[in-house]
Amino acid sequence: MPISIIDEFKIRRLEVLDESGEADAELMPPFDGNEIKKIFERIILARTFNQRALSLQREGRLGTYASILGQEASQVGSAIAFEQSDWIFPSFRETGVLLALGYPAWQLFRYWSGDERGMSAPDGLNIFPMSVPVGSQIPHATGTAMAMKIRGAKSASAVYFGDGASSRGDFHEALNLAGVFKAPAVFLCQNNQWAISVPRHLQTAAKTIAQRAFGYGIEGIQVDGNDVFAVYRATKDALNRAKSGQGATLIECFTYRLDDHTTSDDSSRYRSAEEVEEWKKKEPLIRLRLFMKKKGLWTQAYEDGVAGNALSEIDKAISQAENYPPPDKADIIRFTNARLTLRQKKELKTLGWEK
Amino acid sequence: MPWTKVYANKAEFEKISAEQKGLRGLTYREAILEATEQALTADKNVFVIGEGIDDPGGVFGTTKDLHLKFGADRVMDSPLAENGITGITVGAAVAGARPLLVHMRVDFLPLSLDQIINHAAKWHYMFGGAVRVPLTIRAIIGRGWGSAAQHSQSLQAMLLNIPGLKVVMPATPYDAKGLLYAAIFDNNPVIMIEHRWLYEHMGHVPAEPYKVEIGKGIVRRQGKDATIVAISLMVNEAIKAADELSKDGIEAEVIDIRSLKPLDSDLVIESVKKTGRLIVADTGWKDCGIGAEIITRVVEDAFESLRAPAVRVALPEAPTPASPALENAYYRGKNDIIAAVKKTLARS
Repeated sequence: MPISIIDEFKIRRLEVLDESGEADAELMPPFDGNEIKKIFERIILARTFNQRALSLQREGRLGTYASILGQEASQVGSAIAFEQSDWIFPSFRETGVLLALGYPAWQLFRYWSGDERGMSAPDGLNIFPMSVPVGSQIPHATGTAMAMKIRGAKSASAVYFGDGASSRGDFHEALNLAGVFKAPAVFLCQNNQWAISVPRHLQTAAKTIAQRAFGYGIEGIQVDGNDVFAVYRATKDALNRAKSGQGATLIECFTYRLDDHTTSDDSSRYRSAEEVEEWKKKEPLIRLRLFMKKKGLWTQAYEDGVAGNALSEIDKAISQAENYPPPDKADIIRFTNARLTLRQKKELKTLGWEK
Repeated sequence: MPWTKVYANKAEFEKISAEQKGLRGLTYREAILEATEQALTADKNVFVIGEGIDDPGGVFGTTKDLHLKFGADRVMDSPLAENGITGITVGAAVAGARPLLVHMRVDFLPLSLDQIINHAAKWHYMFGGAVRVPLTIRAIIGRGWGSAAQHSQSLQAMLLNIPGLKVVMPATPYDAKGLLYAAIFDNNPVIMIEHRWLYEHMGHVPAEPYKVEIGKGIVRRQGKDATIVAISLMVNEAIKAADELSKDGIEAEVIDIRSLKPLDSDLVIESVKKTGRLIVADTGWKDCGIGAEIITRVVEDAFESLRAPAVRVALPEAPTPASPALENAYYRGKNDIIAAVKKTLARS
């Protein structure tokens, strides 16, 4: 019997804006000048938050923090593709996504200083608390997408996770289930090349993470994760597919974590300074600035103004967070069940926490 | 009240039902099926998912043909991915759905524990109360037919230690329907553990949907000499034991605790204050089991009313054997409860 080919796959990589600031005219999303400026301003805001958070951590005013430096395009580019009714499942390294979606910065500072209320999303934002456990949020997104489908809602869910999470069973089960149930979900793998100290090539022998979609019967694509326009375009396309009943997409944002894994990590112990330097040249803001300059949208004075506004906004948020009253002790028991059990009511009394 | 009665078999129920004209009887399995069907009808946000639930057998008949009535979008057969499907039900629940996840065996539930313990039980708390996880998980205890070590376990105890979870174990068809219906419409994750040997049990079940309050036990038989607190299949064993003890002039009170978390310890304490003796009959192992919790609560709050040391009737500290000969020796039942009651009476 002859051997026949029953299926083949190709993995596409999407790039719109190159490192010299040239955009592909055909692939460039239809943003006007103001929209492009807004994207730039969101990246600056995310970066400012990030810098301030790292400083506060060093001063002992914040707990462990995970830097997003270098990944702002992947975060802001995808976030601006969502609609208000979509559901977002961030990992712990998604400050840029949250801020771009309008999540209050002061609440994020509360969260990182250790306060559950920091993750209580304001009304109108369908944002889950960031997942510190690795990858366990991926099936949640499949489930929410299925709930949307059951309820006949025209919205999708999107979940962020890293290259490390793609090795977990949760990733496999969630993507497989999304394929089986044609769930309107978008899986955004933030491949930043390092899972703490584990390099990308030790996560999978596959050439790309995107190609793993093929095995689940869903769409997969790799994008230049430092190219905000490419990330936007891929995310928007995936959301359109999801909402028109064509199922889920795995997007691999190929990017790089320029800082340590978290403030408890020292990446100089496991990767070379040369590698980091090479990636610094590719960081997302450089090419966006060049592009905007060519279009007459950027001047140094403009950027200084934007940075100044961002800093005062973030500093205001820090002071709001630091002046926020501590939670009530009764919250420990109050939020464990949707309704207090008899025993919990007694416990509140015994502990003297009842008001 | 007809629904407080526990009938040992179909014949017994039919005898009563003939005396009380019009009393509607269902088996435990039918009661579960009816609760599920009525919940699916009552609320379009309810959906059922599990491995093999659309099989012609329908999980021992408890989900039979539901996929034909409600469609594969609401009654979903799932690939083998226990943690994954638990994760998607958590996600769906937060987004406003009321998922019912079915594990054909409790033994498969440990594969879901990351999602149950680290997520389902925590989200409400971690969101500062902003979201709820109205998820119900059914899990079935097997026994016999060589189910053995990995397919017959009573794993309820390990779930009782987790704040944010509720655990119920109905013993009668009435409670199976009412607790499942209550669980589906509860805003917390609820795990309902069913004993496979109860499925053929018959009892009064009203046709309309109703809820049995989660967290409330019930006195199945009144007595003054000893309190037997039992769960699930052991309730039936306790009633048989009490009937036999009665012939010797010993009147045991039997409490079906029904809900293990939250636990109705007030009901137990009230009874022990009357009887002074306490026996707990569990389907699971002794160490840190429900017996440990119930006895501790009585010791904490009503120590002076105990006239003899409490006794636990529970499985020996060993996995379930496969051999029928060993199985017979392994499982606890009526005779062990009788011996336990007599032991507490002899000590006082």
